[in-house]
Amino acid sequence: MGNNILLIFGAVALFISSMLGLVYIPQMLADKEVNQVEYVAPNIENGHKIYVREGCVYCHTQQVRPKGFGADFERGWGEASLPEDYKGLTPHVLGTMRTGPDLANIGKRQPSRDWHYTHLYAPESVSPGSIMPPFPWLFEVVDEDEATSRKPINLPGEYAKEGKKVIPTEEAEHLVDYLLSLDQEREKE
Amino acid sequence: MKQKKFKNAAERRNFTDQDSSNVLLAYFTSGMIWLLVGSVLAILASFKLHAPNFLGDISWLTFGRVRPLHLNTMVYGWASMTGAGVALWLLTRTLRVVIPMQKFLLGGIVLWNIGLTVGSFQILGGFSRGLEWLEFPFSSAIFILLGLLPLLISALTMLAYRATKHLYISVYYIIAGFIWIFALLLVAYIPDFDTTVQAGMNWWYAHNALGLWFTPICLAAAYYLIPKVTGRPIYSYSLSLLGFWTLALFYNWNGFHHLIGGPVPTWATTISIAASAMMIIPVVTVAVNHHLTVVGVFKRVVNSPTLRFVVFGAMSYTFVSLQGSLQALRNVNEVVHFTHYVIAHAHIGMYAFVTMVLFGSLYYIMPRITGNEWHSKGMIKWHFWLSAVGIILYIVALQIGGIWQGMLMNNPDIPFLDIVEKMKPFLESRSFAAILLTSGHIVFAYSFFKVIKTDTIQENEIVTLSD
Repeated sequence: MGNNILLIFGAVALFISSMLGLVYIPQMLADKEVNQVEYVAPNIENGHKIYVREGCVYCHTQQVRPKGFGADFERGWGEASLPEDYKGLTPHVLGTMRTGPDLANIGKRQPSRDWHYTHLYAPESVSPGSIMPPFPWLFEVVDEDEATSRKPINLPGEYAKEGKKVIPTEEAEHLVDYLLSLDQEREKE
Repeated sequence: MKQKKFKNAAERRNFTDQDSSNVLLAYFTSGMIWLLVGSVLAILASFKLHAPNFLGDISWLTFGRVRPLHLNTMVYGWASMTGAGVALWLLTRTLRVVIPMQKFLLGGIVLWNIGLTVGSFQILGGFSRGLEWLEFPFSSAIFILLGLLPLLISALTMLAYRATKHLYISVYYIIAGFIWIFALLLVAYIPDFDTTVQAGMNWWYAHNALGLWFTPICLAAAYYLIPKVTGRPIYSYSLSLLGFWTLALFYNWNGFHHLIGGPVPTWATTISIAASAMMIIPVVTVAVNHHLTVVGVFKRVVNSPTLRFVVFGAMSYTFVSLQGSLQALRNVNEVVHFTHYVIAHAHIGMYAFVTMVLFGSLYYIMPRITGNEWHSKGMIKWHFWLSAVGIILYIVALQIGGIWQGMLMNNPDIPFLDIVEKMKPFLESRSFAAILLTSGHIVFAYSFFKVIKTDTIQENEIVTLSD
């Protein structure tokens, strides 16, 4: 029976050691000031939820690597990300894959709301060769003469629909609010 | 538990195999079905990466939902359920006890399948929890935990009532694996962490799901099946214990190498890099045992359906682990991090190692618990070659493409969209690989269900692949 106890005790003890070391100690050491999150507007919070829902994180990171480690800075993606850059929004969307570019500072790098709408509706219309999926369910296609509360998005030539216009829904608006809010530089200055 | 006397070992094995048949078939059948579901999702996700408008209007089939569901069905459906069955069967052999609490296990399997089904709709419907490897919301993950609980209790009961004095190395891995996955999931579903700490927890979990759950089970299977089928003892028993304890010591500190250069404490990533390098110890000890045991009997490996797959898996384990130690180093990580290279690395682990060992284990176990032999040599060969060629193509394409992708990304003069363009041929090759792999799965599923359905018990016939 000695072996049983050694096995179970050993397996549990070694597991707990790494759990404390990599999860609970970092949580304890985390700067409590960081947790005093500034106010995050409900539309931005909702935009973050839509970002999570559509799985943007599987192709886009939101973590800029430090200067000298990779070329993030040289690409203009910003300065090294810090824990306080994330406004306490969970789930985290740090990501591990760059099928598309890093978005940690996309709000600063691409401040045009119109560009984001067009890009979300038909990515290739503004980024030729892009393999980003389109998100047409964040938009409504209505007749040209219909009255709408939001203004239609710009669609270049071949992507435009005859006699129709494309209107962002509230979800698209919140997602773009969130994307435009992504600017880690603002906090560091 | 009652003790029962048998005339010989063969009679005992027959008795335990028949006794455990229903429970094990429930695990394996569930696993097979999730393998097929996961394969369809894999093909969808793969095609969408080079044909983004393919089914592009359907929100619940967008890449960002299909891809995580592919992972979750494969991980918690196919590999976990099949692995659980293989582990229980290995315990009946190595501890010489029958499986206790079978009703609870069967109930657990039902709950587990409910959790997977509900969770699948939740992810496609947009209710993902958003953490990689942990996308199922708590409301469906709880069913998976409830499915794992009787497994843990059952395995510990078997350990307590064992009829063997000596603990074979496979038992160490399996018992520890059951404890670890249960504990891991408990921690992973405790929600209160700061954003970047949550990222750390996320990768500590995800790396350990492979390292402390699938790896132990598959190493245990290889440790049992390689000596069993070749008829040779493992090369060094004391080395195998060193391998187990060093794995237990180092593997669970690896997770932060997924966050090198990220907004997490540098000391934590440094510990993970060191632990990743230390993984060379358990890997080399296991490699010595697995590979030196088959040296000189290669013909037996090729002729045995079981060993073809298991030895392929064991070799992949050595390869993927050494590659993992290497890519955790900062200067290598600087290139390969954030690229398709890592996706391929994960598939060497989950497919070339874990899935191949599970296939091999099923080829061994299924005839024993059903009393029916595999009906077609040809289909086993087709399954092997489709899987082997498919996964090798997958790995070669994405790892070469990934290294190139990393080098291009680290050169700021190259526009990002040029890199996207250059990656397309590699992504298309991956789709071709996905079709090969899925074809292999369909061939295997056909053989699998035929073994279950055949009701004629053949005369102690054993399938070998020699001509």
